[in-house]
Amino acid sequence: MKRQVAIYGKGGIGKSTTTQNTVAALAEAGKKIMVVGCDPKADSTRLLLHGLCQKTVLDTLRDEGDDIELDAILKPGFGNTRCVESGGPEPGVGCAGRGIITSINLLESLGAYTDDLDYVFYDVLGDVVCGGFAMPIREGKAEEIYIVASGELMALYAANNIAKGIKKYADNGKVRLGGIICNSRKVDNELPLLKAFAEELGSQLIYFVPRDNLVQRAEIHKKTVIDFDRTSGQADEYRNLAKAIDNNKLFVIPKPMTQERLEELMMQHGFLDVI
Amino acid sequence: MAEIDSTIEEMLVPYPDLVKKNRKKHLMVKDEAAACCPQIEANTRTIPGIISQRGCAYAGCKGVVVGPIKDMITITHGPVGCGYYSWGTRRNKARADDTTPKDKIFTQLCFITDMLEPDIVFGGEKKLAKMIDEVVAAFHPRAINICATCPVGLIGDDINAVAKAAEERHGIQVLAYNCEGYKGVSQSAGHHIANNNLMERVIGTGTERKNGKHVINLLGEYNIGGDGWELERILKEIGYTVNCVLTGDSSYLDIKNLHLADLNLVQCHRSINYIAEMMETKYGTPWLKVNFIGIDSTNQSLRQLAQCFGDEELVKQTEVVIERETARIAPVLEQYSKILKGKTAFAIVGGSRSHHYQYLLRDLGMEMIIAGYEFAHRDDYEGRQVIPTIKSDADSKNIPELHLMADEKMYREAHVHLNMSKEKYDELKKAVPLNYYEGIYPNMKEGQVIIDDANHHEVEVLIRTAKPDLFLSGVRDKYIVHKMGVASKQLHAYDYSGPYAGYNGALNFARDVVNALTTPAWKLITPPWETKEEPRSETHA
Repeated sequence: MKRQVAIYGKGGIGKSTTTQNTVAALAEAGKKIMVVGCDPKADSTRLLLHGLCQKTVLDTLRDEGDDIELDAILKPGFGNTRCVESGGPEPGVGCAGRGIITSINLLESLGAYTDDLDYVFYDVLGDVVCGGFAMPIREGKAEEIYIVASGELMALYAANNIAKGIKKYADNGKVRLGGIICNSRKVDNELPLLKAFAEELGSQLIYFVPRDNLVQRAEIHKKTVIDFDRTSGQADEYRNLAKAIDNNKLFVIPKPMTQERLEELMMQHGFLDVI
Repeated sequence: MAEIDSTIEEMLVPYPDLVKKNRKKHLMVKDEAAACCPQIEANTRTIPGIISQRGCAYAGCKGVVVGPIKDMITITHGPVGCGYYSWGTRRNKARADDTTPKDKIFTQLCFITDMLEPDIVFGGEKKLAKMIDEVVAAFHPRAINICATCPVGLIGDDINAVAKAAEERHGIQVLAYNCEGYKGVSQSAGHHIANNNLMERVIGTGTERKNGKHVINLLGEYNIGGDGWELERILKEIGYTVNCVLTGDSSYLDIKNLHLADLNLVQCHRSINYIAEMMETKYGTPWLKVNFIGIDSTNQSLRQLAQCFGDEELVKQTEVVIERETARIAPVLEQYSKILKGKTAFAIVGGSRSHHYQYLLRDLGMEMIIAGYEFAHRDDYEGRQVIPTIKSDADSKNIPELHLMADEKMYREAHVHLNMSKEKYDELKKAVPLNYYEGIYPNMKEGQVIIDDANHHEVEVLIRTAKPDLFLSGVRDKYIVHKMGVASKQLHAYDYSGPYAGYNGALNFARDVVNALTTPAWKLITPPWETKEEPRSETHA
């Protein structure tokens, strides 16, 4: 197993879409990949599986006890990717964070992490709200993290907060920030703002994914863009993102900024000076 | 005095400066020359890393206050250990009576939802609701308690909503206690949470006053080893009707009628003073702090109690009982005290016992030279007059405080409760300390030590240097102290003995202490390899 990658970012920013399209591009290039969805909604593998995962790890654990076969939870998706969803409780009850810990531990004990894998991708819900959602970046798990963001203040605010969480684990372990992925919202001056933001963190804007309605159309068809329209320009964008990640060498301990500094950046580069 | 000071100094030596500074605030040496009681720090957080003797809020709520209610089923919502290790450990006894048949007593059973990993992840509400349905179907209890453990609070199971829905399904009261173990700084938080719920939901809902001229409640008596039964025997013989002993051997039915009594007696001030105070506010019921541990203190409590009703016959009967019982018990204690005279004891236990047992030890010619509480508040040390000056902190604010008003229909003035004129009541208040507790301090003697939230290190140093003859505490330090060659009795559950309250209790205690101190085992405490004598060579035939 060569690389374990965790994708974080503000809720609704497009983490799952970006992750799956990137994974599809890597798979197309012949990489062996496992995708671990770490979101109770269990929709991190929908595009790769052409539909929602019917049986999450925790559902299986609850219904069948801990005597589980790996095949019951690990489903083959687009380009022979291996897809698994941690799952979790319905909103408002129980402990989703504990669920992530339980299911990743189970995946390990069932031997899901095999040596022939080139990549394991963790798609993690929203913020690092508690210890459970930091499970993928603990010792021995993902060592590189990408944060999906856009030019909107709240997206950058969340990204900065996630950087704080990464720093905590980075100081004591091997986890590093690999870069910021911009999933464009067509905000004014988005590219320079994101570049400045990433540099301020001591990292890089690894790729700028332009907005294209093709992504939405592919989603409605339960497919990644690469799967839906492999000759489109947007498919190439994801291939380029995948290539950038595959060739990435810049892994840093992030230097999160204060709220004031973040707002200053917005003033300098963001839409605020346009108003 | 100098000796004890150097002992304390030695005890504090290993501490870092900040810890030393903190612990000093929890220590006090009685100085009779001082005008008033110095301030002691209490009910604050234990320093991390120190092996405290404290329990948790769940232990205080379930283990101490609501667990002993005999006809309620108390469900622990949490992992199995929380239920198992709080089951039966306090030896609160219960028996059938006129209104509670044998098959309605559930205190000998243990009910727990046994939360496992999937329940933590997906929430435990459904499991809890199912368990309520099952216990109702199997046991038909009159009411149910649900006590929360730590994980329930962490994952946010809404036990109040589950309880409410269950009440509608089954038509019985289901009380939910948010007594997650981590609340507050000790089990004291759990007492308060339990008091609040009983006060808000149960007390005052009954309508049947028990027959009798003088109806009283005995609050803060948990019938450990049968203490409550011995006290009921004495009180009934004098002419009182005991409406309810809260909560030892108590029934839900009787607790509903708590407000119909004339007077509340308070034995354990720390765990139950909330109900006493709230009943005073809501119903006007006066309360009297009593201590039925020890002959002299029992006699004094009975005399003060008799005065409260202004009933000559009652006073006379009190003296008859006191005289007869004292005459029966005193000569036997006299024999025991020949062995015990001049011996010393430590007590580091609870929030009231270290005070109560000073009297019984003195009856036996012994002195408690070091007294400590695990979870007491400042008023338990210094007296209730300090309550307005106690600063609340983040931990105490975390426990809800009920702000009750006088009940429009049921409030009666204290003198009406006691069936006397206002003038006579005012006079009574001068003679008897109604609605007041003076704390442990006034009863201590010059050079004796008070210690709050003691830890295992401190106990070991104190045992080694001050060398008491008897140590009164819990099961955790009991055997360490035994190994140090000092007799130890655990006062949380009286080991396997009891009752220790009242007259017969004093006899039991004296017998147990003499046995503990004179057992030949103490001659064997030093292993042969630590004696100076050469070991004898063994010869085998």
